[in-house]
Amino acid sequence: MPDASGRAATQNPAPAGPSAPVGVAVVGRAGVPAVAGAAPRGLWGAAPQGVRRALWVLPPVAVLALVFLYPLALVVQQSFTPENGGGAFDAYASVFASASFREALGTTVWLAVGATAGCLLLGFTLALIIAFVPFPGAKAVARFIDVFLSFPSFLITLALLFIYGTVGMANGVWTDLFGVAEGPFRFLTTPWGVLLAEITYFTPFVMRPLLAAFSQLDTAQLEVAAGLGARPARIVRQVILPESLPALAAGGSLVLVMCLNEFGIVLFTGAKDVTTLPMLIYGKAILESDYAAACVVAVVNIAISVGLFGLYRVVGKRAGA
Amino acid sequence: MLVHSKGGRWAAWGLFGLLFLPLFALPLLVVVAASFATHWSGAFPSGPTTGNYAAAVRGESLQALTTSLVTAVTASLLALTIGTWAALAAAGLKKRGKRCLDALFMLPVAVSSVVVGLAVLVAFSRPPVLLNGTGSIVVLAHTILVTAFAYQSVSAAIVRLDPAYEQAAASLGARPAHVLWRVRLPLLLPSLTAAAGLCFALSMGELSATMMLYPPDWMPLPVRVFTATDRGSLFGGSAVAVVLMATTLLVLLAVSRVRTRASYR
Repeated sequence: MPDASGRAATQNPAPAGPSAPVGVAVVGRAGVPAVAGAAPRGLWGAAPQGVRRALWVLPPVAVLALVFLYPLALVVQQSFTPENGGGAFDAYASVFASASFREALGTTVWLAVGATAGCLLLGFTLALIIAFVPFPGAKAVARFIDVFLSFPSFLITLALLFIYGTVGMANGVWTDLFGVAEGPFRFLTTPWGVLLAEITYFTPFVMRPLLAAFSQLDTAQLEVAAGLGARPARIVRQVILPESLPALAAGGSLVLVMCLNEFGIVLFTGAKDVTTLPMLIYGKAILESDYAAACVVAVVNIAISVGLFGLYRVVGKRAGA
Repeated sequence: MLVHSKGGRWAAWGLFGLLFLPLFALPLLVVVAASFATHWSGAFPSGPTTGNYAAAVRGESLQALTTSLVTAVTASLLALTIGTWAALAAAGLKKRGKRCLDALFMLPVAVSSVVVGLAVLVAFSRPPVLLNGTGSIVVLAHTILVTAFAYQSVSAAIVRLDPAYEQAAASLGARPAHVLWRVRLPLLLPSLTAAAGLCFALSMGELSATMMLYPPDWMPLPVRVFTATDRGSLFGGSAVAVVLMATTLLVLLAVSRVRTRASYR
């Protein structure tokens, strides 16, 4: 309370920096001689400040427009102008008709949805234990997760090659234990290997907002619920889960967008039959030099991920995250 | 707190260990173990050696390391400049203008890095600006990708800034530029260094856009890891990957030390 009143007290004299508005107001009065009196002066005093502030926005926006928006616009333009002539929608027609595109679209979507569901389930479980069944070293684990986020995603696939590869750790243990020639783990080059890698890599992205939300949860609520006889499962379902829904929604939609756009994990898997949209763009542009087709796939990818990202912004705004 | 019985607590911890260790701890350990090995067929790696590291800090790999460092530092500094400028300018706007700028500067997060790479390739392989085949096209793409994160963390910090300081400075007659330089930026310094660390880490590990763009003489570390493992040299690739992780961690550690020193002021 004293802080707020103090701030209010300093706020009143603050707009008293009148030097600039007065100077501009003179120009304004000269420019608009018919209008006189106090009201237009206030109007002119406010407007230039807003205009000046808006001007400060221009340089970074101009840079962004030049290096990001203009290239994106060119991609869209190129998707409508195939290099070897033809109609505007020819590239779209041939890409949409190709089986590889439809397959890649399907793979991308189900992988992203599956990985997001897995991340939410796993992240919620792990964050729940870190926050509410604390153990010595729980803080260190939370810090480890922050570090984990700063590593590139392809490291996970590289590690999985050693763990579940044909001559890797898991198969080695299996053959040692049961004396058979070959182990049963050969899912790495299938979509399931990509799914496992994506769940591993993206779960921390769900855990971070969840841990932040849990730390703000009033523990008295849990004590009261427990005191009234609620069992842990019921407390989780009826107290913790509703409180953490915004964080889950925000983290989940971020992970969904990132999974749709993931490239490193799929590239390192090296599986021929796992093609996602980013892989298809890379293949068309770099390996086949078919830029028109690559641009068409890119436009589809942009449409999906930007649409979902808009949703994430709306959900995140509502969650206050 | 949630589970009061001893057995239940141990069950929860057991579940945690069962999920956490194989999924998160094991991958990193395995990569480190593989980087010291020459052979892995069976439960454990064999043929301990430091030869992979000798190769990882020499010749092409060393060049890749310096390329990555130059790219990451340049891209982080550029992104920090643009992102901080935009965040400071956005803070002065009205609500709707700020929301527009937020959406605009967060857009690169939503667009796939591969698409950013493709777009940069398409736009800067033609006049008036020809960058294709130079290292600067990689730096440019990295800058685009990490600017969003710089913008996001700096604007989150600006919201938390107590306006009393700058109002006090302004009421004492300080000009806006002076307030910005002597009051707001020093107060923002901890989050600026944190943002710089984040940008650096992201740029060090960036693979997707780089794969679309890199010229033969500008190959960053992640691409080097990929080409090594793609040729079947998994152990050499692991050593390069460990060098990449260690470098990122060292820089993050250094940056967090700057942060603690700044917060004493």
